[in-house]
Amino acid sequence: MDFLILLAKIIGLTFLVVLPLVPICVYFERRFSAVIQDRVGPNRVGIPLTLFGAKKDFSFLGLVQPMADGIKLFLKEDFTPSYVRKAFYWLAPALTVAPSLITLAVIPFGSSINIGGHEINLAIADLDVGPLFIFSIASLSVYGITLAGWSSNSKFPFIGGVRSTAQMISYEICLGLSIIPVLLYFGDLNLGKIVQHQADHGWLLLPIWKNGQLGAIDLQTALFWIPAFISFLIFTISIFAETNRMPFDLPECETELVGGYHTEYSSMKFAMFFMGEYAAMVVGSALIITLFFGGWSLGFGADEAIKNLTVGDFRIGGLIHLGIFLAKLIAFILFFILVRWTVPRFRYDQLMKLGWVIFFEAALVNVFLGALVIAAPSLSPAVIGIGAVLLIVLTGAIIWVAKVSEEPVKRNSGLLGQN
Amino acid sequence: MAVIKVKRPQLSFGEKIYFGALIKGFMLTMKHAINSMRGKSRGAKELASSGLGVTMQYPEQKWDDQLPAHYRGAPALVTDEQGRERCVSCQLCEFICPPKAIKIIPSEIPEGDRWEKVEKRPLEFDIDMIRCIYCGMCEEVCPEQAIFLRKDYAITGLSRADMVHNKKKLYEIGGVRTGLVNKWNELK
Repeated sequence: MDFLILLAKIIGLTFLVVLPLVPICVYFERRFSAVIQDRVGPNRVGIPLTLFGAKKDFSFLGLVQPMADGIKLFLKEDFTPSYVRKAFYWLAPALTVAPSLITLAVIPFGSSINIGGHEINLAIADLDVGPLFIFSIASLSVYGITLAGWSSNSKFPFIGGVRSTAQMISYEICLGLSIIPVLLYFGDLNLGKIVQHQADHGWLLLPIWKNGQLGAIDLQTALFWIPAFISFLIFTISIFAETNRMPFDLPECETELVGGYHTEYSSMKFAMFFMGEYAAMVVGSALIITLFFGGWSLGFGADEAIKNLTVGDFRIGGLIHLGIFLAKLIAFILFFILVRWTVPRFRYDQLMKLGWVIFFEAALVNVFLGALVIAAPSLSPAVIGIGAVLLIVLTGAIIWVAKVSEEPVKRNSGLLGQN
Repeated sequence: MAVIKVKRPQLSFGEKIYFGALIKGFMLTMKHAINSMRGKSRGAKELASSGLGVTMQYPEQKWDDQLPAHYRGAPALVTDEQGRERCVSCQLCEFICPPKAIKIIPSEIPEGDRWEKVEKRPLEFDIDMIRCIYCGMCEEVCPEQAIFLRKDYAITGLSRADMVHNKKKLYEIGGVRTGLVNKWNELK
């Protein structure tokens, strides 16, 4: 029975909830991009009821468009160039999709439901090492991209693969470091418990209720909002870099690299890269929501009531929480798309500098700041003062070093230097 | 040539930290998104938009009344006020047609006809609309003002044969055109 429930959870959450989210992401990507650019976007593809004798076609805002895209990709010729390294060329797309889908295992999609006396937790695996598991598995997707770039045996994919590898490895450090204060605050690595804590005590970035009471906010929580917000900024921006999204989409920037690491891929193999990328985006947003925006919780102290909602013998509150989670997820995906059309692409050296010089240091300082805020109640004022001073000195020193180590711009260099 | 030395702009701290510009950018994109959904994008009114962005959505909305006077649509033959087919099948359009879309079989006007002195009229006049490139050279070259490019642009068909406009169809599209030079009239 337990095995069946697990199987149902895997199939239900991975293949019925998250995989359909990928085409929905694509749809939103296209529609929202269009709206931002004063266009209409795909709003026609629907069910051709006129073929079956009805008066009008059914086109529900073009929501069938991603399905048509999928069918197109399936039916396209799957062309393998003769010069590729076949084994790795075939392995790479799978290596991109699989890690993204595996990381979904630890994300709590909703609170528990109760069906026929069986308590079902709406997370596939309620691991006690959630974020660590996600980071360790998500790093594997670098292999997919690197192998794709290398095995294509062609220059543009190769450059794309190399860029992507460097970028993902650099930003993984910021990603890991930035959430340490958050994990210190929760004192737990179990994502389910983290969300439960946020449902009870207020979201990390919106701590305005406590035990179902609005406005009961203590000084420590208020102070911790600062490191939490810094964490959120660094983490979100690093997720953008990690998923190769727009301001940092150098691995596949069309203007320089044709298509980047998937230039030589076609048909379903290309679709796998596409899917992996969007699934990574979904996982990234899910992680941000889980850590900073209360995961499945509605907030404002309404979660207990929702959780215990019972219809007949079934306690189905978890499903409502699942809905709330998905709504937040889609909102965040829209944010991803908004960023795509707002922020221009970074230059590669700017990207590396942002990762190594700014975010790495900022995350490091933030760890100490967060720790100081968390430890403050048990420390004497003198120690807190010394800690604060040390922190300020440390920050100043880092900024100074970063400034000094910056290569001075040579005046009249390059073409102008000849004059 | 004068040498212009371009200086890098000195950025203030606020500009260096980049977040202000980001927020400004978000506001701009969101403004576009919201205006676009309300149908209030810049230029939406002038372009007769469908209420979403500035785009006109074709089958429901058409821009027929906004076509300019010089619009070149499907070529068609015309008759004049006296109901005479103006084409005298001189075949100049057939020869000038760059994609060779026009095919004319000439015939004589029988004796006793009112327009006997015109001598010729087309028996068959086919324009293959798959070949036609809407260049308007037929109209330009016609000495009789008999062929004109009309404003019909949605030329569709289910087979290649459907896409060939025969004489009947061409006169149907062209209709009667008044105010042309009537050099064959009895009066002159």
